[in-house]
Amino acid sequence: MTDATVIERPRDAEFGDFFALLKPRVMSLVVFTAAVGLFSAPVSVHPLLAFASILFIAVGAGASGALNMWWDADIDRVMRRTRNRPVPSGRISPEDARTVGIWLSVLSVVMLGLTANMVAAGLLAFTIFFYAVVYSMWLKRSTPQNIVIGGAAGAFPPMVGWAAATGGVSVESLLMFGLIFLWTPPHFWALAMFMDDDYSRAGVPMLPVTHGKPATRRHIMFYSLILAPVSLALAFTQIGGPLYLAVSLVLNLLFISGAWRLLKRSDAEAEADRYAAEKKYFRLSLLYMLLHFTALLGEAALRWTGFDWASWPQWV
Amino acid sequence: MGVIMAINRDHELHRRRAHRNMWLGLVLGGFVVLVFGITMVKLKNGQMMEAFDHTVRPSLVVEQGK
Repeated sequence: MTDATVIERPRDAEFGDFFALLKPRVMSLVVFTAAVGLFSAPVSVHPLLAFASILFIAVGAGASGALNMWWDADIDRVMRRTRNRPVPSGRISPEDARTVGIWLSVLSVVMLGLTANMVAAGLLAFTIFFYAVVYSMWLKRSTPQNIVIGGAAGAFPPMVGWAAATGGVSVESLLMFGLIFLWTPPHFWALAMFMDDDYSRAGVPMLPVTHGKPATRRHIMFYSLILAPVSLALAFTQIGGPLYLAVSLVLNLLFISGAWRLLKRSDAEAEADRYAAEKKYFRLSLLYMLLHFTALLGEAALRWTGFDWASWPQWV
Repeated sequence: MGVIMAINRDHELHRRRAHRNMWLGLVLGGFVVLVFGITMVKLKNGQMMEAFDHTVRPSLVVEQGK
């Protein structure tokens, strides 16, 4: 420390800090996938009820984000990526984060139950419980498989959206769940490959830290391979079609060949180009998810306009 | 900093709080409008809005044969 060190006092919390507590970037993904789940359902929902349902799902996701920030403040303080979040930076007290999280959880579940139905509300409540308790409090710090199980929390939103429209669970919504569930591990492991010092400093057991990078590369390959049939199967349900199939085929080929490239690399090669291939694969994984769900939305839009893929095989 | 900070109405802290309260007000107002809208849509759809109320309600009794 030099005498020029400025001691920054935490400033008073602004409204934006409370909004940041809800993890708006995660929330935007939840809004997108929940909306696709809701709009691809073969039931028409009044636009206002659809809007309100998606909003309450987003609020529920935000509430679990706030609970996660309350519980993980100690981890967030040591990680570069999360240091400036409202709780670790001292702008919002952990207790306030907890209060906001609990009450927004209750509000979102009750309101979704009143707006849509009890199945959707129950699924949302389970999602919040799963993310805040099962993932944040229990698994995240205890097993390198944290990401695999935690991925389920992120995979629920399209199911909740589907349930808000149809009042139930079906093959389509389970496949959408499977798509995100199996996509999450390779996505986060690719990130952890080049952010591993952050995680090891915080003591979070991520696969590259606990089992080494070669093992992580094998895991990424494995998940990329089992992800492909699940995502392709969606093409042959009532929410899929040739457009989705074409998009999915291209993305799966890119994803598997990207994973293959990572598998064939040594750590020395990765160090030499500063994890260029890993970073590229991480960006590709974002695109993979985004385009799959955009394609589902595209198929839904085609059906709305009355377009029908004549004799398209629907296996389920 | 270093100057004695006078506590007056225009202190930065007050402006920030006013700003926060304004946003909170807008969010709560929006929530009220949304609940009103949802109610209107549900009523227009003719949804069953009655429930058990500790007394017999003929409208809740399922007719025989249905």
